[in-house]
Amino acid sequence: MRIKEHPILNFKEERKVIHFTFNNCPVTGYEGDTIASALHALGIKKLSESMNLKRPRGFYCAIGNCSSCRMIVDGEPNVKTCVTLLKEGMDVKVQSNKGEIYD
Amino acid sequence: MSKYSLIKVKYMIKKDLVIIGGGPAGLCAAKMVAEANQSCMLIDRNQILGGQLIKQTHMFFGSEKQYAKTRGIDIAEKLVEDVKKYSDLIDIWEDTTVVGLYQDKVVTVLKNERYVKIQAKAIIIATGASEKVLAFENNDLPGIYGAGAVQTLMNVYGVKPGHKIVMVGSGNIGLIVSYQLMQAGVNVLSIIEASPKIGGYKVHASKVRRLGVNIETSCTIKKAIGHENVKKIETIKLDENWKEIEGTEKEYEVDAVCIAVGLTPLTNLLSMIGCQMKYVSELGGLVPIINENHETSIENIYVCGDASGIEEASSAIVEGYLAGLHACKKLGKFHPKNDELMNEYHQQLTNLRNGPFGEKIRIGLKKQGVCKDVS
Amino acid sequence: MLVKDGVATYEQVISRFPKQEFLVKPKAIIECYENIPCNPCSTSCPFDAITILEDINQLPKIDFDKCTGCGVCIYNCPGLAIMVCQIIGDKVRFKIPYEFLPYPNESETWHAINRKGEIIGDALIEKVMLTKRQDRTAVIQVLVDKENLYDFVTIRRKI
Ligand SMILES: Cc1cc2nc3c(=O)[nH]c(=O)nc-3n(C[C@H](O)[C@H](O)[C@H](O)COP(=O)(O)OP(=O)(O)OC[C@H]3O[C@@H](n4cnc5c(N)ncnc54)[C@H](O)[C@@H]3O)c2cc1C
Ligand code: SF4
Ligand code: SF4
Ligand code: FES
Repeated sequence: MRIKEHPILNFKEERKVIHFTFNNCPVTGYEGDTIASALHALGIKKLSESMNLKRPRGFYCAIGNCSSCRMIVDGEPNVKTCVTLLKEGMDVKVQSNKGEIYD
Repeated sequence: MSKYSLIKVKYMIKKDLVIIGGGPAGLCAAKMVAEANQSCMLIDRNQILGGQLIKQTHMFFGSEKQYAKTRGIDIAEKLVEDVKKYSDLIDIWEDTTVVGLYQDKVVTVLKNERYVKIQAKAIIIATGASEKVLAFENNDLPGIYGAGAVQTLMNVYGVKPGHKIVMVGSGNIGLIVSYQLMQAGVNVLSIIEASPKIGGYKVHASKVRRLGVNIETSCTIKKAIGHENVKKIETIKLDENWKEIEGTEKEYEVDAVCIAVGLTPLTNLLSMIGCQMKYVSELGGLVPIINENHETSIENIYVCGDASGIEEASSAIVEGYLAGLHACKKLGKFHPKNDELMNEYHQQLTNLRNGPFGEKIRIGLKKQGVCKDVS
Repeated sequence: MLVKDGVATYEQVISRFPKQEFLVKPKAIIECYENIPCNPCSTSCPFDAITILEDINQLPKIDFDKCTGCGVCIYNCPGLAIMVCQIIGDKVRFKIPYEFLPYPNESETWHAINRKGEIIGDALIEKVMLTKRQDRTAVIQVLVDKENLYDFVTIRRKI
């Protein structure tokens, strides 16, 4: 899903690979990605489930307005993954409840 | 305490002027303020300044005074460069979200998990807009995105939203994003528009049409179909009373749908501080009531750009200049060319809003309370 | 119809062309049919051939006597609504804006495309211009049959 060539923009090819896990599976993205853009590039569109009916949800606004991209990141729930930069070793999971903080 | 609790900074930072939002409006306000030798703080929640402009790969309309024919991405770069020149006067806080705004002009922000309070004398709000959503069956399926999200994904992060896409909405944003999708190598199956006429500039419409994209007017999306993400959509034609015409349903196989049905001002901070608001549909929804100095019903709280009513980057730039000039004038700092610039900018705004496309804006602004910059 | 599907009518299109005698020299064809706040075509023309009055919402007016067909306006128009056209015997030479990859190569034959996006014939690629001043809008010079004078608008790669 990555854009390889573009008439206007120049996407650097040699970007640093970032390793992270999605629902416990090891996957990779690039430096500069947000969590949501890295997942989307892998074809993963479902990021959360609605609280009551458990309907699948992806992102909608990609600028931190709508919260439909919330996920559990390193154990922390309700992280807006569309505006959170991807970091090495992150543990990212689909969120399907309101989110609770465990110590 | 969990490790996620916020670290509170006890003391209060004091600033004469705080500008919230670093899009074209906020950046231009900051530039004017600095030129008047007034210090300020510029806050944006994004890591990169520039607002909507950082994803606009197309050349802009307008006149050269507002950077017409320059690509949005390059306008952003120029405006940011201008502001960074005044590093002694403009204190830039990127990656910082304003979460609260109070009557005593206290601004509370979240920066790196820290909760910081800032006491200001004057505040310019330039928070831009958010995208409207459209109601239809299964509109929450993954793969259905706002047009801005599609642009961010493809033009900022270099990721395609899908391979086969239908665009809903033929305003300038719908048309431009369709063109940009094609530049990124995505197949745009159709652009559908509920109204009987194309909403955006016809030059944009012709540009996508000659690439083979069908623009279907009097047509809307009825439902999306899919389990984990959208696989198909059903469209239906509308009659002159906007009623669905049975039997005209059509299916498209898609892996993404882009919704471009307009923007609405991002005014939650304005509501929070208690500015008088009014619903003006011509300006995109709830807008603050302002006087001709871009000041809201609360003294020393200014607003400019899309946050005060949806227009264009060209007008956001000029409104930013004006709000900056007015705010520092009231703080007692005069821009050396204050009067000359004010006249010039008021004239530019009037000029931009003059044509048939400005009519909606002119009606809206009259309802909002600003009568100066329309003829 | 333009407002319904983005396709200009035949009458609209020919209203933008000068008489064919003029087209022995290259001339700019400006397909801007709507009053929008925009004026770079006029401010960028080195020969002052395009005027938009004080009110930038006015339609651009071209003076074909002044236009040299230099093509500067092609890549300065944000609407990509301008092309340059010249009749050469039974062929027409067009210069058009193009912002897609891959770019054509000289002497290739691509499809000639009309305003609805349909194939109407062949377009022989003569030149591909992309200087720094053009700011990533390439200008492609092509040769098409004269019968396509009022139909041709862009090119598409043959697959
Ligand atoms: C697809 C598309 C095409 C367009 N094409 C054109 C065109 O050709 N010509 C033209 O003139 N205009 C065009 N526009 C319109 C133009 O981009 C906008 O009108 C313009 O960006 C508005 O500027 P602004 O500064 O008001 O808001 P924005 O650019 O939206 O900037 C607002 C800023 O505020 C920040 N912010 C918001 N809330 C907070 C908070 N709580 N705390 C901290 N920061 C916050 C945001 O991060 C953002 O950076 C286009 C828009 C789109 C979407
Ligand atoms: S082709 Fe050259 S001379 Fe003719 S209108 Fe365009 S810029 Fe002016
Ligand atoms: S630059 Fe292009 S879109 Fe703008 S007025 Fe001139 S011809 Fe029309
Ligand atoms: S997609 Fe809207 S907040 Fe992330």
